[in-house]
Amino acid sequence: MTTPSNMCITSRNVNFYYGNFHALKNIDMDIAPNTVTALIGPSGCGKSTYLRLFNRMNDLIDGARLTGEILINGRNIYDARIDVDELRKNVGMVFQKPNPFPKSIFENVAYGLRVNGVKDKKTIEQRVEESLKGAALWDEVKDKLKKSAFELSGGQQQRLCIARALAISPSVLLMDEPASALDPISTLKVEELIYELKKDYTIVIVTHNMQQAGRISDKTAFFYLGELVEYDDTKKMFLNPAKPATQNYITGRFG
Amino acid sequence: MKKKQVSQNIAFWIFRLFSLMVVGILFWILGFIISKGIQVIDWDFLTQAPTDGMTGGGIFPAIMGTLYLTVGSIIVAFPIGVLSGIYINEYATNNWFVKLIRIMTTNLSSVPSIVFGLFGMALFVNTMGFGDSIIAGSLTLGLLTLPVVIRVTEEALHAIDDSFRTASYALGATKLQTIRKVILPMALPNIMTGLILSIGRVSGETAPILFTAVAYFLPKLPDSIFDQVMALPYHLYVISTSGTDLAASRPIAYGTALVLIAIILVINIIATLLRNYFGKKVKTNF
Amino acid sequence: MKNGLKKFTEAVAEKILMFSSGITTLTVILIVIFLFKEGMGLFSSSDIEDGYVLAVNRENPVDRLTPEESMGVFDAKITSWKELGGNDEDILVFRLNDITNYADENSLGDELQFLPRVLDSVIAAQPGIIAFIPQQYADSSFTGKILQNGTITAKSFFDGKYWYPTASPSPLFGLLPLISGTLWISLFAILIALPFGLAVAIYMAELADQRTRKIIKPIIELLAGIPSVVYGFFGLVVLVPLIQQLFDLPVGESGLVGSIILAIMALPTIITVAEDAIRTTPRSMREASLALGANHWQTIYKVVLPYSLSGITAAAVLGIGRAIGETMAVLMVSGNAAVIPSSLLEPMRTIPATIAAELGEAPTGGIHYKALFLLGCILFILTLIISISVEFINTRKKA
Repeated sequence: MTTPSNMCITSRNVNFYYGNFHALKNIDMDIAPNTVTALIGPSGCGKSTYLRLFNRMNDLIDGARLTGEILINGRNIYDARIDVDELRKNVGMVFQKPNPFPKSIFENVAYGLRVNGVKDKKTIEQRVEESLKGAALWDEVKDKLKKSAFELSGGQQQRLCIARALAISPSVLLMDEPASALDPISTLKVEELIYELKKDYTIVIVTHNMQQAGRISDKTAFFYLGELVEYDDTKKMFLNPAKPATQNYITGRFG
Repeated sequence: MKKKQVSQNIAFWIFRLFSLMVVGILFWILGFIISKGIQVIDWDFLTQAPTDGMTGGGIFPAIMGTLYLTVGSIIVAFPIGVLSGIYINEYATNNWFVKLIRIMTTNLSSVPSIVFGLFGMALFVNTMGFGDSIIAGSLTLGLLTLPVVIRVTEEALHAIDDSFRTASYALGATKLQTIRKVILPMALPNIMTGLILSIGRVSGETAPILFTAVAYFLPKLPDSIFDQVMALPYHLYVISTSGTDLAASRPIAYGTALVLIAIILVINIIATLLRNYFGKKVKTNF
Repeated sequence: MKNGLKKFTEAVAEKILMFSSGITTLTVILIVIFLFKEGMGLFSSSDIEDGYVLAVNRENPVDRLTPEESMGVFDAKITSWKELGGNDEDILVFRLNDITNYADENSLGDELQFLPRVLDSVIAAQPGIIAFIPQQYADSSFTGKILQNGTITAKSFFDGKYWYPTASPSPLFGLLPLISGTLWISLFAILIALPFGLAVAIYMAELADQRTRKIIKPIIELLAGIPSVVYGFFGLVVLVPLIQQLFDLPVGESGLVGSIILAIMALPTIITVAEDAIRTTPRSMREASLALGANHWQTIYKVVLPYSLSGITAAAVLGIGRAIGETMAVLMVSGNAAVIPSSLLEPMRTIPATIAAELGEAPTGGIHYKALFLLGCILFILTLIISISVEFINTRKKA
């Protein structure tokens, strides 16, 4: 077992509340760098909430409260001295539905650079190209970078959103059911991409789709009613889960 | 501190400052008129007719005139407006007739009030021969208010979840029964709030009654709906711009302005209270 | 049987409701009919006062005068026929009551029965005369020359630089000073109102907490509820003297005060519509921007505002619409000089203010009355264009 110090994300005794609702209970979990970790569980189990703690997206919700600590690359991200914008720059996120901005393809990818103070045109162009290549979208859009992002297909839009997240060079990439709104072929492309991206990023992905979790992740965490029930290598979990609840979920007895 | 943090702070403080200024403007206007007007208003001011060429006495006939015109326009606008709103939201399918009605209602609501004045003069005063009268003024004001009433009704009905309609139909109720027994009672608080606010609007309108109803000075109250009336907003306009002795009638102008403001304040407070009171009791899909 | 009655009631109710909802359409149609019927009458009216003619000496080569020329003549700005394409002769302006300068009262007869003959001889005797006389005196025995009168044309209305509706013998109905006054005041009002309106809208939608919003919302509603005469009165007694002192003006009533008052009056519309537009920005877009490290302000101006741009445009256009149609407040504070303005600090006259100020004195059915109805038509068309463009902006947003 690896010691926490070489871990990319470390959660220690994390509890999270929406007002009076105890959404996450005593979560302890370590995520190694350059791995894909899948968070699974039935709706309302807390997996999306947990994902959104990593870039403090839950800060936007009134009455949300957290105890315990989450370390990313060794720093407590809920420390008062942490600059939230800086954190979010380091932790990219891809959402459930593709949500490109009403701007051109180029401007969508350049957005994160611009808001983070990159002004040099050359640098921006270079980063946009790299990110689109990184998201396996470059060949499809290189001739229409000035076109509106809405002209792309759903799958292309989602890969654009991934490119948009890559442009600011995060070390962690959070994905909240990134393929749930896509057709099977687009889904496959996104999955291939995730596999590629693992080389450079630590990826945490929330998914409803068991097969998807099995295909792309190294480790899987099963959440149920706000608790982390089981967390292990994906292969082991799918073949030989330790807990009956996990077994029931994976075999589709509830969900 | 980072540059983008600084620009955020500056921007947000500008927004707060501007918002504060807008609120400040309202209090400036209210404060000015209340403080000047309160010195003039007493029982006699509210119950006496003007004297000495509008430089003395009270504004009683103008208060009554505004009351008549407001009630008159309510009688014109509310029934027609509420019925139209019900039709548009509950009955109308998306055919050409409904599209036409929608377009026309939007257009009517954008017609300036002075154009209503012209129209009222041409139709009610001249063509129909009512002359400058309560009825001509009320009809003109009523038509002006109609689009507001329709919109208020439509929105209130629209806010009610379809499940209530389905549930009522499932119990064998007809459309009319469903509207009368289920939908209207639920929408009533919101409709009422909107209607009360529209009363405030009507009572302050000047341009539409300028050529259809009002007189500069009348020694007695009207006898019938075919008589001319005095009205508060017109009274304020006249004595502040073209009276015989502007300086001497200024206090009366302050008093009149305060009465107008007071009407609006009371109406707005009632509407807000009504909304807060019923807002808790009625579940809509908002 | 009971069922039949039920069905019958249902059908009747539906018909009643349908009929009620047709009333707005009927009203719009009636407005169009009445406004345009009266307004269009202006274009076939004679360009000199009804029942009067202009007569000159038989030898005078001039056949007709434009309304501007006859105004120049009667205001003694044009003094020689040469300027009008005639002989080198001084112009002698003659109105009917000048007759006593040429003939003593006895010669006119007890019942003025000789007046036409005396008139005829005066005109015959004066080569430079131009006489403004009732049509009935210019009968078949009249020996002078009657100038042909024209009719008021669309060109003279839309292109006219002067609005002198009561000038005699030829009233001038030129739209330019009024439309420019209207546009100056309205556009400047929006220029003032937009930054404030937008700031409050952003504050309400993005920054204010629930409690603050609950306080500000009724305040905005109240601002919308204050009658326009009260705004006008406030402007008249507070802003007019203030602006007069501030800019050291001869009169404080000016386009600027009109714009400021209109700006305050347009604020509630702009705030409400813009706030609604800002709120429609999908949560996912906000989150995507924040997740990329943009801060709240960057998210607002780079994502939220561009996304709600069409709604904000609609707010501005609606605000202009309200400003263009507003009557009483502008009438009371902007000075009402019907001249083409060259600065915002001058008195200005808008179209609605003109109607409100003059309709009371225009005889029903007369040429002035018709001209004011035509102004009503212009106003109606302007606001119609605005309401259509708002509709257009809104539908484009959905596409």
